[in-house]
Amino acid sequence: MVLTDPSPVRRPLRGPDAVLVLEDGSAFHGTGFGAEGESFGEAVFNTGMAGYQEVLTDPSYAEQIVAMTSPHQGNYGMNHEDPESVSIQVAGFAVREASRRASSWRSESTLAEALSRAAVTGIEGIDTRRLTRLLRERGSMRAVVSTVDLVPQSLTERVRAMPGMAGADLAARVSSASVYEARDLVGPATTDLGRVFRIAAYDFGMKRTILRRLAASGIEATVFPAHTPSAEIASGGYDGVFLSNGPGDPAATTYGIDATRTLLGKVPVFGICLGHQLLGLALGGRTYKMPFGHRGVNQPVKNLQTGAVEITSHNHGFAVDPLGWERGADGTVLSDRGRVALTHWNLNDGTLEGLRCLDVPAFSVQYHPEAAPGPHDSRYLFDEFRRLMAGGPGTGP
Amino acid sequence: MPKRTDLHKIMVIGSGPIVIGQACEFDYSGTQACKALRREGFQVALVNSNPATIMTDPEFADRTYIEPLTPASVLAICERERPDALLPTLGGQTALNVAVALAESGDLDRLGITLIGASLEAIHRAEDRSGFKDAMLKAGLDVPRAGTATTVDEALALGDSIGYPLIVRASFTMGGGGSGFAANRQELATLAARGLEVSPVSEILVEESIAGWKEFELEVMRDADDNGVIVCSIENVDPMGVHTGDSITVAPQQTLTDREYQQMRDAALQVLRVIGVETGGSNVQFAVDPATGRQVLIEMNPRVSRSSALASKATGFPIAKIAALLAVGYRLDEIVNDITGETPASFEPTLDYVVVKVPRFAFEKFSEADPRLTSTMKSVGEVMAIGRTFKEALGKAWRGIEKTGFDLGGEDVSGQWPVGTEDLLATLAIATEERLHLVERALHAGHGVDDVAAAARIDPWFIEQIAEVVDEAAVTRGRPLSTLTARELWHAKRAGLSDARLAVLTGATEASVRRHRDALGVAPVFKTVDTCAGEFPARTPYHFSTYEEEDEVAPAVRPRVVILGAGPNRIGQGIEFDYACVHAAYALEQAGFESVMVNSNPETVSTDYDTSSRLYFEPLSPEDALAVCRAEQPVGVIAQLGGQTPLRLARILSEEGFHVLGTSPDAIDLAEDRGKFAEILAELEILAPPHGEARTIEEAREVARRIGYPVVVRPSYVLGGRAMEIVYDDEELETFVRTAAAASPDHPVLVDRFLEGAIEVDVDAVADATGDVFVGGVMEHIEEAGVHSGDSSCQIPPATLSDEELDTIEDITRTLARRLGVVGLLNLQLAVKDERIWVIEANPRASRTVPFVSKVIGVSLARVATWVLTGRTLAELAAEGALPVDPHHYRHLSHTSVKAAVLPFGRFPGVDTVLGPEMKSTGEVMGVDADSGMALAKAMVAAGHALPTGGTVFVSVANRDKRAIVFPVKRLADLGFRLVATGGTAGVLQRAGIAVERVAKMSEGPDNVGEMIRGGRIDLVINTPFGRGPRTDGYFIRTAAASAGVPCVTTLPGVFAAVRGIEALLGPPTEPRSIQEYHAEAMAEPMQGRLTFDQAAATTIAGEPRA
Ligand SMILES: Nc1ncnc2c1ncn2[C@@H]1O[C@H](COP(=O)(O)OP(=O)(O)O)[C@@H](O)[C@H]1O
Ligand SMILES: Nc1ncnc2c1ncn2[C@@H]1O[C@H](COP(=O)(O)OP(=O)(O)O)[C@@H](O)[C@H]1O
Ligand SMILES: [Mg+2]
Ligand SMILES: [Mg+2]
Repeated sequence: MVLTDPSPVRRPLRGPDAVLVLEDGSAFHGTGFGAEGESFGEAVFNTGMAGYQEVLTDPSYAEQIVAMTSPHQGNYGMNHEDPESVSIQVAGFAVREASRRASSWRSESTLAEALSRAAVTGIEGIDTRRLTRLLRERGSMRAVVSTVDLVPQSLTERVRAMPGMAGADLAARVSSASVYEARDLVGPATTDLGRVFRIAAYDFGMKRTILRRLAASGIEATVFPAHTPSAEIASGGYDGVFLSNGPGDPAATTYGIDATRTLLGKVPVFGICLGHQLLGLALGGRTYKMPFGHRGVNQPVKNLQTGAVEITSHNHGFAVDPLGWERGADGTVLSDRGRVALTHWNLNDGTLEGLRCLDVPAFSVQYHPEAAPGPHDSRYLFDEFRRLMAGGPGTGP
Repeated sequence: MPKRTDLHKIMVIGSGPIVIGQACEFDYSGTQACKALRREGFQVALVNSNPATIMTDPEFADRTYIEPLTPASVLAICERERPDALLPTLGGQTALNVAVALAESGDLDRLGITLIGASLEAIHRAEDRSGFKDAMLKAGLDVPRAGTATTVDEALALGDSIGYPLIVRASFTMGGGGSGFAANRQELATLAARGLEVSPVSEILVEESIAGWKEFELEVMRDADDNGVIVCSIENVDPMGVHTGDSITVAPQQTLTDREYQQMRDAALQVLRVIGVETGGSNVQFAVDPATGRQVLIEMNPRVSRSSALASKATGFPIAKIAALLAVGYRLDEIVNDITGETPASFEPTLDYVVVKVPRFAFEKFSEADPRLTSTMKSVGEVMAIGRTFKEALGKAWRGIEKTGFDLGGEDVSGQWPVGTEDLLATLAIATEERLHLVERALHAGHGVDDVAAAARIDPWFIEQIAEVVDEAAVTRGRPLSTLTARELWHAKRAGLSDARLAVLTGATEASVRRHRDALGVAPVFKTVDTCAGEFPARTPYHFSTYEEEDEVAPAVRPRVVILGAGPNRIGQGIEFDYACVHAAYALEQAGFESVMVNSNPETVSTDYDTSSRLYFEPLSPEDALAVCRAEQPVGVIAQLGGQTPLRLARILSEEGFHVLGTSPDAIDLAEDRGKFAEILAELEILAPPHGEARTIEEAREVARRIGYPVVVRPSYVLGGRAMEIVYDDEELETFVRTAAAASPDHPVLVDRFLEGAIEVDVDAVADATGDVFVGGVMEHIEEAGVHSGDSSCQIPPATLSDEELDTIEDITRTLARRLGVVGLLNLQLAVKDERIWVIEANPRASRTVPFVSKVIGVSLARVATWVLTGRTLAELAAEGALPVDPHHYRHLSHTSVKAAVLPFGRFPGVDTVLGPEMKSTGEVMGVDADSGMALAKAMVAAGHALPTGGTVFVSVANRDKRAIVFPVKRLADLGFRLVATGGTAGVLQRAGIAVERVAKMSEGPDNVGEMIRGGRIDLVINTPFGRGPRTDGYFIRTAAASAGVPCVTTLPGVFAAVRGIEALLGPPTEPRSIQEYHAEAMAEPMQGRLTFDQAAATTIAGEPRA
């Protein structure tokens, strides 16, 4: 064998030139991967180290350019088991390095191939830590990733012309167009726990793992489009109603707030993320846009009911304001639907992470107990929903 | 719940000497724990036999015992101290095993001492390999098929039912001690016998081999409220079958999806619950089948481990400190994350960089050792590197490992790949320290990533990364340097290619690559390790370099001094040098400077982020050290404390305009270049062994003829006596000159007259810029010159040297310090023979013995030296009470301190245990007692050579020793020992009237001494070498003793020392005392407290940078 010849370069080391530009004019030069083109969206960062496939397919990331802080992405490729929805949902993807090779027994394609198929533009080779620190200091910003126009000035102007996230109603856009049964997607609910509960689940951008966790807790869901009138749900005879996660400004998701307000007290309600914000608003509270949100899988949340600290999965740019209500001496909220306990708190920054109505059967959390990606510390909440529907002890009124 | 109020005094057990599998990571963890506990108001009593540790400095505990880590010795201390609690989870396997023994004997209960950190039950469930398996299966967790055996026959029966290949693993061991793979019954029988012997409970696990699977480790913390967090995930690049300690590893894990990772996380937390670890850190190891994803549990350690130190450094999460706080009752959410200063410790660190650990091996020191990596750990140290990508971190790790050629990816300096006819894929299927270089070479030769991955059983993702480095190298290979564009260089640097490698690729020099980079503005920036990937502002100045856009290091307020650390532990350069660097950081802080630490060894205290004002986790290579200096613009650089590593950087930093504090690079050269040094000795009329230099074999023969045999041959510019040998004739000379030339090709070989039978002496001193010299201590070695100073035992006060001799030695030290221009530390090695004093060598830097001397005399030499480096004089320091009043303090101590070396022969079956001028020890211990015999005995016990107080002694000595051996052996007989000896020795002893039985040599047929040793019928072996080479009787006797764990003395002075130790052990027991008590007693007037530093004056340092 001849060993002295330099080996041929195996495959192109880098893609076409690309640039990411923020509304403040900051530019990040790198190279493109995935589809060539231009993607506009709100730039946000996610600090999870694994789980990019779940992130890419989470509808709550609609119209966002997600920067992963962990430098290597795409290492284990993409498979058909891990998506959280039918397709890639992000507007753009920004990473330090996108793996050219996918290595896993479950992998079916590379990250770049999957982005190409979804016509999503990715950028790699940029200083993602600089981007993260900028977003941390100045807050989430509108942005563009482009492999076409590479001139920061013109891109900045176009970024500034696009609408921001505040006031954006996006849930309807990512919601399913028609009603479907969760079992068709994730299989039947377990019967191991006894009675199977039937619920109606509002799809504001539903993650599949939520349906899986419901099924694992013996809860069978019928999934409804975001705009489904509450009357249709109320007349369905469901054991409970679930309010899903989703993108956009909760205050702009008025149909969701209205539906929640009508259903509250009639049937047990459980909300996650956007669902939690809608419940908060339906209870007369208010929401606000956080400077740069929480996106990651390592946030410590304290459950005041048990004293336990849960390591939780987050993806939200808005939150329920704990100061938005009158509070009683014991700290409980006095809403027009009765008392509400503020049950979960973020230990990092004091964000309100969960609430429970004490006079009507309803509770919600800001974070993602279904995880995917993230730790499983909070799965117990699906069983709590089950208990709430069973009218068991400690379940409300 | 907050801290426990029922505890007041806590006893912490350290891990003892540095050995393979248990290194200075436990100094790091113990130091953190002691600091945290004292800050919480607890009294701390500490026991550790290792004097080179920071934790055994008097200021880290209320009472510090430098005593052997045996149950008996620790019990005696418990009796004296009466602590409320014992914390054994921060001192490695050693501390854990001592604690188990004391708990099981009922002594802890009797004394009312609570075990904190882990309960006895939890330790048993985790460490007993069969109990562990059962508990895991019960909890529904998957484990490989296995069974436990307590006899070889049981093991064979298990083998038949499980099927081959198998792995044997011993209970209550670490570092893969007593483990190995068996392909058939015969191999299993051998392995089982060894494993049963190594396990303190004589139990082994016989398990289905899953070599080749992916291996992972999770570092977990859990508190008493069942809050659990994963601090770090670590993925092994090398597959199962290569001990984690010997594997190249990466953090965070890179190849598992979130789904698989969370499954592992759930299992790890479940393991802690089942085992019952409630208050501390543990590590849990997993294997994953790369074809199916099946996950199985390998083991868990219910204590802080080597990986915990790595995980702490990799994430910035102080595992040991938090483990200590959990042990005294705190909950995770009650502890603040120091790095952010606002978020709690109950979170999981997230990394926005990649950490790579590469082990450092010492096979070149043990030529007979098997270089294949297996389940038994063989590495002696490790380097950690941080980069923004795996490639960048790997490139840094190669530079940090400090082995010639490792940063060249295996490409040789001529830019050629060694052309071989061997089958590369077959070669790289065997795990060795060079395997990733072979991977690179195979990829370069055109093999595909998948083929290489399959052959090496390394995940293709890692192979792909290396392929990208190969491709990036291909862009520059063979091109003139000047044609490389900024963009090309930028990408090459981002792929981790070192300046040295780019020099080889472009046929340029390293310096010209650097200049080209400078001209094009291709330079690294510095990022921060912050536990949270930038989500919160970080307070901790813990940095690493990377080729990216934004530099985020805040400008410093006070003037800075850079301390260059010692890099990875290796034989000859270990924790002792880290000790000096840590003291320098403390001393600089006291003097008003910001200390800037540069080091790459994750096991150390120096790389703890709160040791220095700023920490740069970087390799100690010219390009990386220079980048830090350029970023920090220090007023000075300290290069004399980290051993030989930073000394090599002194010149280049000085040429780049930085002020190397103290001894100048030219003066360093004077001492290091043995030719120049010899001239100076001649000029000063100081005796030195006759010597000569040789570049060829002919020249060497000529020199040897002139000075006469025996001679010592050695290369210049090496540490630890590398490739150094004593040579008796021309034929041996030829062989050794060849090895020496290979170890240090650019430098000539030195030939010295060997001073046979001389007493060797070590001196550690500090000189200031006025020429004043403080001699900290003179150590008299127990073994004669010819045994490397790092391997021999020594004592303070000197045992036999007269005051006149000591005066002369001190005079020589002063004269040399002045003539060489030493400012700072100086170590001198001398030999005393025929009432004449010869200088063997001078090291213008910290030495291995600096911590020992400091601990003995109660003065930190490294601190004194650091103050001197910042411009203080010894006279000032003495006036302020920083030095002892008595200039001969070390001579007049009322207690004796003995340092003894710890050797790794047990790890390398078949390696001769004879001591020589090439250093082989990994660590050291200290024995201290008012009675010098007892101090000797304690040192030997602490070093693991428990001296027998009765039983059978086997004697077989070289002819030259036969006369001298009579007296000590007679003494042993009088003390009641039974004696056996081989023919010649037996004859001599019988003629002297000593009752002795004759036994056959190994070469004399069956029922020989070897069988007696293996059969446990010998309690002490006395064997001085006669005849060289690996196949002599002596060799077989010594290796048999080493593998059977029987103490073996190989030098005559060693025999005398052993006899004195045995006498002391047979006498009345002495009470253990803390070093604080020894220091108080020795110093009529306490020294501390009067030091004054003019903080405002700390702006510049006298002396001009040598631009
Ligand atoms: N069943 C097995 N098959 C193959 N290799 C194994 C097996 N069990 C352990 N090993 C290897 O042996 C090494 C040492 O085993 P381990 O139990 O971790 O010992 P230690 O307690 O010394 O860390 C592991 O790192 C792994 O590479
Ligand atoms: N001329 C000599 N005569 C006797 N012993 C010697 C002589 N030179 C060196 N040695 C022995 O070799 C050991 C190592 O030599 P040294 O010069 O100290 O090397 P290193 O630089 O590795 O410490 C010494 O500790 C001493 O025991
Ligand atoms: Mg292990
Ligand atoms: Mg020496």
